[in-house]
Amino acid sequence: MAEMLLELKNVTQSFTKPEGRVLKVLDNIDLTLHEGEIIGVLGKSGSGKSTLLRIIAGLTTPTTGSVSHKFKSASRDALDIAMVFQTFALFPWLTVLQNVQLGLEALGVPEKEMRRRALEAIDLIGLDGYESAYPRELSGGMKQRVGFARALVVNPSILLMDEPFSGLDVLTAETLKTDFLDLWLERKIPLKTVMLVTHNIEEAVLMSDRILIFSANEGHIAAEIKVDLTYPRDRQSASFSAMVEQIYTIMTSGMLKRGLSTARTSEISMHDKLPRVSPNQLAGLMEELAGPPYNGRADLPALDQALGLGTEEVLHLVDALRILKFADVAEGDIHLTSTGQLFADADTQKRKQIFAEHLLHNVPLAAYVHRVLQSRPGKHAPRIRFVTQLEDHMTEDDAIEALSAVTSWARYAELFAYDDNSETYNLENPEA
Amino acid sequence: MRFSGISARFVPNIASGGLLGRRALPRQFWLDGLAFMLVATFLIFISWGMSEMSAPLRRLHQDPISLDIAYLPEYAMRTTLRMLIAVCFSLLFTLLYATLAAKSRKAGQLLIPLLDILQSVPVLGYISFTVTAFMALFPDSMMGVECAAIFAIFTSQAWNMTFSLYQSLRTVPHDMDEAAFVFRLSGWQKFWKIEMPYAMPGLIWNMMISMSGGWFFVVASEAITLGNQKIMLPGIGSYIALAISERNMSAIGWAITTMGIVILLYDQFLFRPLLSWSDKFRYEQTAGEEMPTSWVRQLFIKSRFTRKFLIPFVWISRIVLRIRLFAPQVPNFHFTTRESKLFDYLWYLLLALAFMISARYMVGFFQNSVTWADVLHVASLTLITLIRVVVLITLASLLWVPLGVLIGLRPRLARIVLPLAQFLSAFPANLLFPVAVMLISYYNANPDIWLSPLMVLGTQWYILFNVVAGASAFPNDLLDTARNLRVGGWLWWRKLMLPFIFPYYLTGAIAASGGAWNASIVAEVVSWGNQSYTATGLGSYIAQMTQAGDYVHIVLGIGMMALTVVLFNQCIWHPLYELAARKLRMG
Repeated sequence: MAEMLLELKNVTQSFTKPEGRVLKVLDNIDLTLHEGEIIGVLGKSGSGKSTLLRIIAGLTTPTTGSVSHKFKSASRDALDIAMVFQTFALFPWLTVLQNVQLGLEALGVPEKEMRRRALEAIDLIGLDGYESAYPRELSGGMKQRVGFARALVVNPSILLMDEPFSGLDVLTAETLKTDFLDLWLERKIPLKTVMLVTHNIEEAVLMSDRILIFSANEGHIAAEIKVDLTYPRDRQSASFSAMVEQIYTIMTSGMLKRGLSTARTSEISMHDKLPRVSPNQLAGLMEELAGPPYNGRADLPALDQALGLGTEEVLHLVDALRILKFADVAEGDIHLTSTGQLFADADTQKRKQIFAEHLLHNVPLAAYVHRVLQSRPGKHAPRIRFVTQLEDHMTEDDAIEALSAVTSWARYAELFAYDDNSETYNLENPEA
Repeated sequence: MRFSGISARFVPNIASGGLLGRRALPRQFWLDGLAFMLVATFLIFISWGMSEMSAPLRRLHQDPISLDIAYLPEYAMRTTLRMLIAVCFSLLFTLLYATLAAKSRKAGQLLIPLLDILQSVPVLGYISFTVTAFMALFPDSMMGVECAAIFAIFTSQAWNMTFSLYQSLRTVPHDMDEAAFVFRLSGWQKFWKIEMPYAMPGLIWNMMISMSGGWFFVVASEAITLGNQKIMLPGIGSYIALAISERNMSAIGWAITTMGIVILLYDQFLFRPLLSWSDKFRYEQTAGEEMPTSWVRQLFIKSRFTRKFLIPFVWISRIVLRIRLFAPQVPNFHFTTRESKLFDYLWYLLLALAFMISARYMVGFFQNSVTWADVLHVASLTLITLIRVVVLITLASLLWVPLGVLIGLRPRLARIVLPLAQFLSAFPANLLFPVAVMLISYYNANPDIWLSPLMVLGTQWYILFNVVAGASAFPNDLLDTARNLRVGGWLWWRKLMLPFIFPYYLTGAIAASGGAWNASIVAEVVSWGNQSYTATGLGSYIAQMTQAGDYVHIVLGIGMMALTVVLFNQCIWHPLYELAARKLRMG
């Protein structure tokens, strides 16, 4: 067993919302980082994976639980933990060299040595010749290289990476990943452990030795998977695809378990969270599914890959299709229901009609708003009425989110209208 | 006060509209009732104010200002109305002046430098020259003096609004411009449908700043002394002036309270609704930024009465907006656009002629009554006041920059401090005269030094505002990086925070130094009853010449001040500002 570097015990992070509700972002997490491994952390946004990273970095103090370092600081002029950000987080008024030197300056490294080390790091990460450039003069990929150089120059034991490649285009990200893996595998950097937070399953499988999958909204680790493939890993290989598929299934089934009240069906109650996706995207996805090569049925990871929207977005869309009963999901496959097929073939007016029917039947909140509006003499009701009612059973944010989703769907279906100026729902036609 | 079009960087609120929380909205009936009351009160207020303003001039002598607090509400309303009228005129002026300057290149060449000079002339400079003219315009009526007072307030409000609109009009995003072209909007339609909405948030924000500026000069604009003429218009400003000359401390206290209430009402009934309304015109929406809310606006939106009441206005505005005034640009398919230069040369010739004539006129004006010794004397006084301004702005910066950063990094604290500072910036320096006089006489202090702080009393807040705004805009990921890399202490200030807030600080410092010059006329001569102290400087020189009614020397002093401010802006602030803008360009 490799040496233990850092240990988290019973770490819980919760926030108290203004209305007094306690929101748990992380729930009783136990985690150990070992020497010589890259740990991938997967999960949807809001699943607490970034919070975990911030706790390890010491940027956030957990509500309860402990974080203990099992290593002695290498030396006075090194930092234990460094971090790379999705947004690069470069200081725009400092040159590349000054950005890289910043951490050394804070450590009090003498001027001459600081310069030497910074230039070495710049060299290592492939930024030669850019020393005097300002961040605004660099492309995204080059910016992130500065981010890497800045983190590596302080000789950290642990490197934390918060979605470091998601701000880059596919090609740039690919080169940077390979370059980093080369440095890591050839032991050119004194790093002991890397923790990579991402929402990209392939990226996690490509880089990590171990993958933690966070469940959405519950703040705990739903699964832990060891990746035994040898580097360099081949995306085309069967074992790689199988692993991606396996994780995909875990993540989608996790999704089925949470928000939707019963795991087997897509029945939801009024107080369930609703994914906020646009009806036009839903229509587009159904058209896509109905046509070739899918012909009504698709493998989810393959579909995700083909759509290129990002896994999370696709999961939201799939979620919405299931709720509306336009599609169903089984064993990592999605297939259109008969009305889903009908919808895809219909013209705009017919589509709106089908959508309205499904909305009324399958989304209790939409049906409820519609019913209330009909029962009122003026056929209108203030938004706050619904928010307040929903808040009895869900958080304010979720309530607003659910209501926004329903509003956008109902507008498309011409079921009811909403006037943002007066914040009221109504059944009338929009004012001219 | 002078601002070169402050951008809507931060929006402090005096009290966020929590009175009628979202949950506790009353029923439609009460909504309508309340809205009706507000509209009716406003209409009654206007008609009452107008009739009072056109009363005969002898009323001023029949009913002199009284320190009885029973009169305060009436005085407060008179002052309020004056400021409202002034701000309306400022708006009108802004629309015409800024639009002309932005639309016509030739007009802009003249109007923008002129505006720079106009805003450098101290507010109190305008009043000495306009009182007599306005009084001659409306003989035997209060209207003349009222107009002079309103004009003085106008001069403290209009310029930065104009700059703001001009800058917005010049920076309308290209795609909006092209959309207007593609759809063949007439000039008139484009202005109301595209340019004005785009400029709205900045304009409203500057209007709010202007209002604070107006309050600062409320005493000077209502209690006018020119030579042997002493006029006191009924209003809070005159009340304060009288309280000072009668050494009535409790009256000063009441005046402060009343001003506080009026400012709060202005905020709740005028600026909150406007801010919350103008927010929908914001071109770049940053997620997570708090939307300004206003219960008054909510009330007006939700009440059926106001909706019905507004129908005719909506109708009129729709008709007006359809006017196809100023032909749309027509696509030009003939590439023969070498404009004749002749017109350009003619225009420059005209400008040169106008300059020569006015120079000749000025020489004639000064020739017989101003000696070179006078000029030298005034120049040396200018230098003294300049030193005061520089020293005080430096001191205020040393105090407020670190404090502002600490506040700005704590959003909850910032939400309390900002409105408070905005509130304080509106208070006229005159209110502190008693304190200053007592302290100086008690410690037998040197007024040349110890009167100086009064100059930055009202304007130092602009430094605080903007530094707080800057620090709270410091990106979170950069803060995290600094913490992760253990950057602290002086390194943190020097490498990270100070470079970032520099442009924000500059905006504040420009406003503060301009305001300090303006305030020097009030702050270099203080009195409390019959006790008075004078600090040597340009401000006290202008104040004394105004007392004596010596026009030639007033012009000399004011001219010198305007010249210094313009030079200071051009030689120091502008280059610094450009440097900051260049260095800090993100992305």
